[in-house]
Amino acid sequence: MIRLEPRRQHSQAMVYLSPVLAIIMTLVVGGIIFAFMGKNPFDALYTFFILPINNSYGISELLVKATPLVIIAIGLAMGFRANVWNIGAEGQLTMGAIFGGGLALYFYDSTSVFLLPAMMVLGAIGGAFWGAIPALLRTRFNANEILTSLMLTYVATLFLSFLVHGPWRNPEGFNFPESRPFPDAGLLPMIFDGTRVHLGTAIAVFVVLAGWLLLSKSVIGFQLRVVGKAPQAARHVGFRQKRMVWFTLLLSGGLSGLAGLFEVAGPIGQLQSSISPGYGFTAIIVAFLGRLHPVGILFGGLIMALTYLGGELAQMTLQLPNAVTGLFQGILLFFLLACDVLTKYRVRFGSIAAKGRTA
Amino acid sequence: MDWIVPFILTVITASTPLLLAASGELVTEKSGVLNLGVEGMMLVGAIAGFAVTATTGSAVLGIVGAMCAGVLMSLIFAFLTLTLMANQVATGLALTIFGVGFSALVGSGFVGFAIQPLPSLSIPGLSSIPVLGPILFGQDFLVYLSFAIVVGIGYFLTKTRAGLILKAVGDSHHSANAIGYSVIKIRYLATMFGGAMSGLAGAYLSLSYTPMWAENMTAGRGWIALALVVFATWRPGRLLAGAYMFGLISVMQLHAQGAGIHVPSQFMSMLPYLATVIVLVIISSDRAKIRLNAPACIGQAFRATQ
Repeated sequence: MIRLEPRRQHSQAMVYLSPVLAIIMTLVVGGIIFAFMGKNPFDALYTFFILPINNSYGISELLVKATPLVIIAIGLAMGFRANVWNIGAEGQLTMGAIFGGGLALYFYDSTSVFLLPAMMVLGAIGGAFWGAIPALLRTRFNANEILTSLMLTYVATLFLSFLVHGPWRNPEGFNFPESRPFPDAGLLPMIFDGTRVHLGTAIAVFVVLAGWLLLSKSVIGFQLRVVGKAPQAARHVGFRQKRMVWFTLLLSGGLSGLAGLFEVAGPIGQLQSSISPGYGFTAIIVAFLGRLHPVGILFGGLIMALTYLGGELAQMTLQLPNAVTGLFQGILLFFLLACDVLTKYRVRFGSIAAKGRTA
Repeated sequence: MDWIVPFILTVITASTPLLLAASGELVTEKSGVLNLGVEGMMLVGAIAGFAVTATTGSAVLGIVGAMCAGVLMSLIFAFLTLTLMANQVATGLALTIFGVGFSALVGSGFVGFAIQPLPSLSIPGLSSIPVLGPILFGQDFLVYLSFAIVVGIGYFLTKTRAGLILKAVGDSHHSANAIGYSVIKIRYLATMFGGAMSGLAGAYLSLSYTPMWAENMTAGRGWIALALVVFATWRPGRLLAGAYMFGLISVMQLHAQGAGIHVPSQFMSMLPYLATVIVLVIISSDRAKIRLNAPACIGQAFRATQ
């Protein structure tokens, strides 16, 4: 029988070790799954996790995929710390792309240098607007933000589908469900020539720094930490829960919207019916993998980006279905949550009676 | 008026999976456990049911397989949250993410397979009564089962000793533990029941609603089922009404075109999701009612102190 014995203090070593442990366990289970599917597990793991990044182009693609994950996860982590569960980042990402992308389509022949900054602002506003709805419903009507934010994701995705099938479909296209290409003034400049690493990646690094400052140096960051760890104490000293809900949902919504705008103004370059392979959901795992800490999230984002690249490569070379990526992500999150126990408890095997004898 | 019978029939088939999944989650939540992985458990149930039926040719085996798959999924959740005391919200999300990926992986070999849909009841004479015949006597057995389960849960929770213990565990786990009930064991059982029902709901989708497999075929129904439990304020009778109301809303898009209503299909598809939000807002804003009916310990980890 497994028994958990509380530690007097959280184990600092385990705080850093537990994500590493979770990754190792995921790799082991992944290898077993590959073996079951009739693939050589070492070949498959190599294809999944090493091959995608053994050249400079691969690394640049890793940065491209990590960019939205990191930006979104920074916002989500702030909420998770305060027990505000925004799981509708995918919808906020979509709304950001619609708001910011819509501007590019409205000024489709613009050459103004102000177009791109305006798109970014509008993208963040679009995402924040979509995050404000669950915030309003939670603070005003007590409605659970988990369910409302997720339901709004379906609504946003359907709305984008309507736009690119209908009013925003490219009039000069071939009836594909996609918009006009954005004008050059509405595209993100590339940082490295010959790659798809764009300005958004640099902004992601800035977001990490800002997130770290916010969390460790600001009053609201302190409040977020207290509300999450000791909600009753927070109430006693007068931290207002409603303010936390608004702040975290607007922040995570805005960041998700910005990430969505970066996708359509960067790698995609137009609006399509599908603009994200589930970045908004994967970012939830990134937040946990990074232990809700901005610097950890940076690493977590890179690792999860690797699962996307590995999945694509495994699909092409090993004929593995793309769904393997999602499977890996789910298993990793299981192990992360399980290993988290180690920071708070010692695991003891054996019955309570046995402990009594030794003590 | 010849549209009315097919219309009611589609409402019934759209409501049944919601009712099955929500009734399982209701029991889980009554024990104080919030399992947000319904969507993932439904998907794994859907592919398990479909795969077993497609390979063995037996729908009964398929249904049993789907329920077992749902229970296995719920056991992952139970082990993490009840034994290891992991955060229930995060674990539930993980279960859904895992379920989406796992079902798609297993299902990639079953895309395009055709199976016999679940047979409908056919009682000579009764089933051919106009209007009422096909509605009352022409469903597949899972539809009747879903009603029986709701009635059974209502009876279990209010009239049986085991049901009262379950509610006690959900309302005050420390008191229940103090008078000698094993909180963790009871919560394990309640979570497994929720898993079995979600698996069954998934099987209904892949064996009866649309007898085929498609990635993500639940399309958010698991989440709607979760909202339904809140809508029902944890009472089985209201769950029935809620599930049928959502079934009605979700089939409206199929019939709107026929009725000459020309709204872009995407807006019609939004209706069930928007309705979920609106309903949640209306029910949740009555804070007193929620506090009265919600299990007091929902979502809280329990650790017995010796």
